[in-house]
Amino acid sequence: MSAGILFALILLVAFSGYFIGRGRSLSVAGGAMADLHSLPSYYGLYIALWVGVPGIFLILVWLFLEPIIIEAMVLSSIPGYETMTEPDRQLALATVRNLAGGIGIREDTSADLLAAASRYTGLNSTSAWMMFAVGMALAAGTLAVTYRHIATEMRARNRVEAIIRFLLVLCSVIAILTTVGIVLSLLFESLRFFARVPPQEFLFGFQWSPQIALRADQAGASGAFGMIPLFAGTLLIGAIAMLVAVPIGLTAAIYLADYAPARVRAIVKPVMEILAGIPTVVYGFFAILTVAPVVRDFGVMLGIDASANSALAAGVVMGVMIVPFVSSLSDDVINAVPQAMRDGSYGLGATKSETIRLVILPAAIPGIVGAVLLAVSRAIGETMIVVMAAGLAANLTVNPFDAVTTVTVQIATLLVGDQEFDSPKTLSVFALGLVLFAVTLCLNVIALRVVRKYREKYE
Amino acid sequence: MSAQTVDAEPMAAVGQAKMTARDVDVYYGEKRALHSVDCDVIENEVLSLIGPSGCGKSTFLRCLNRMNDTIDICRVEGNITLDSQDIYDKELDVVQLRARVGMVFQKPNPFPKSIYDNIAYGPRIHGVSSHKDDLDGIVQRSLEGAGLWQEVKDRLAEPGTGLSGGQQQRLCIARAIAVSPEVILMDEPCSALDPIATAHIEELIDELRQNFTIVIVTHNMQQAARVSQKTAFFHLGELVEHNLTGELFTNPKDERTQGYITGRYG
Repeated sequence: MSAGILFALILLVAFSGYFIGRGRSLSVAGGAMADLHSLPSYYGLYIALWVGVPGIFLILVWLFLEPIIIEAMVLSSIPGYETMTEPDRQLALATVRNLAGGIGIREDTSADLLAAASRYTGLNSTSAWMMFAVGMALAAGTLAVTYRHIATEMRARNRVEAIIRFLLVLCSVIAILTTVGIVLSLLFESLRFFARVPPQEFLFGFQWSPQIALRADQAGASGAFGMIPLFAGTLLIGAIAMLVAVPIGLTAAIYLADYAPARVRAIVKPVMEILAGIPTVVYGFFAILTVAPVVRDFGVMLGIDASANSALAAGVVMGVMIVPFVSSLSDDVINAVPQAMRDGSYGLGATKSETIRLVILPAAIPGIVGAVLLAVSRAIGETMIVVMAAGLAANLTVNPFDAVTTVTVQIATLLVGDQEFDSPKTLSVFALGLVLFAVTLCLNVIALRVVRKYREKYE
Repeated sequence: MSAQTVDAEPMAAVGQAKMTARDVDVYYGEKRALHSVDCDVIENEVLSLIGPSGCGKSTFLRCLNRMNDTIDICRVEGNITLDSQDIYDKELDVVQLRARVGMVFQKPNPFPKSIYDNIAYGPRIHGVSSHKDDLDGIVQRSLEGAGLWQEVKDRLAEPGTGLSGGQQQRLCIARAIAVSPEVILMDEPCSALDPIATAHIEELIDELRQNFTIVIVTHNMQQAARVSQKTAFFHLGELVEHNLTGELFTNPKDERTQGYITGRYG
């Protein structure tokens, strides 16, 4: 755990650097505080940041590069390395790592591997000491250099601001790079999938049955990858969810924004937000245990052959889940319509409902559309409820009493358990994820555009 | 309280009271915003309400078409009549009242609709006319009445929010007169406008007096002098003085009025 100790030490140096810098600035000023460009604490922060940030950065980079370099060095020391295949190399490395950890040493273990293992151990401890030494030297060096920088005319405040700005930019870059990384990995794995299954078959195929036959005589394993039934199922459930969520959410928002007295609003709004905070898995078993049987009985009553896992049950529960989302966003939008619009309408003798119908809603409609689109992209991406309530049968149907499956359900089921990552069955997950991502991205972009366009109108 | 109100005799001469207010008190929660105000609005005259900010003149104006109803904590006591009918009567339909007593606000607030639909809004909700030709006629007459027809007749389908500030305010006046009210209340209608647009509106107010009774709140005493026949001076929730405009400005009876119009406070 030398990295942990080094980390603590660097923090300690940085911390004391703060007081050293502060004291130094005071002594440089010679008691005449007004001569200092910045407050003493900025000189302290200047040193602390310069000691702490590069030190921690060094540890992170070191820990990232260390295994890569050491493993390459160990591998190249094993005789016959040039002739090994990639899996053999990985196997050799794993053995070496185990041997170094004292696992699996037997009489017949090859001397080459034992030598490599001791080399591995040696390199690791050398690296640990080197990291410690370099880290402490860096901390001491930056401390010394920055200490000498301190002078009355040195603009410590501006420099500290610059460092802080750099840190802020760094963090946002990390967030962006993570997104880019996820998208790229989706993209590349999808390309591997499309190398096995042609894109047109995936995008326009009507048959989804990802089980691939291992033997010719195996039943129920056709290995078809047409995503149309999955998207049809997703859209069916999403549509049912929106049919529930939009009317309820919107009317609730109208009530809250324009009818509810302040006291009711103060209670109802937080309660709605609690509804939004219920974990989706709870909605899921609510769907399968409570709603699904009711839907099935209802279907039987109507004389329709209703499946136990119906699209209707999953869709309705998903709709309920989205209600607070729609109502909260719409409420904001409706409240953003200026009071002057309401006054103008009331002043002409319009009633409350006329005002809402003819003035408020038309003015708020772009924002409401944006809210609904965001809700749709949420419904499409929702997983847990449909995993539990919607079923796995990839039926191409518009009958809400039938069982359907969705993109997210298939992704979840295909990845549960052990998987081989070279079969199209597993790789199809990435292609599905990519298409799902593209759809929700488009919806979000449109929604945000619509919302922004609306905002420009009043502010 | 009413003893302090100086009701000058020469006022009684002309016109008939369109609206009367007797002993009107207004409370916002615990706070009392108006103290027993007595005031008459004479038919086909312009009444200006002046006074320093927070003196209650806008509050009084909003009592006249019950716009204060939209504020939860507001409570109005006393008696206000329109054509001798109590407007705070439980039986009275506030929607009908507001159709008869229209309002123009401080900031132009056209609806985010076309110019045509802005004007047609009132007639449509009151079912005055469902016929396209009738509606066209109302829109044209209202815009003419507000002196805006020549400027917008070729672009009635464009959004009302695209007009200039002064045009927007005249659009709001046109929107108000489209429902043929009897009284028009104006709450500082020119405070957001430049001097040229203000002059336009002032001329318009003078013309509108032929057909409507007008009550206008203004901070601009020259404006009050120019457009109104009667002026009422409010101070700290009291109606201090109510008189012929010329009389009030040249010969104020109350020293608070004098202090205000000569710029000593307010």
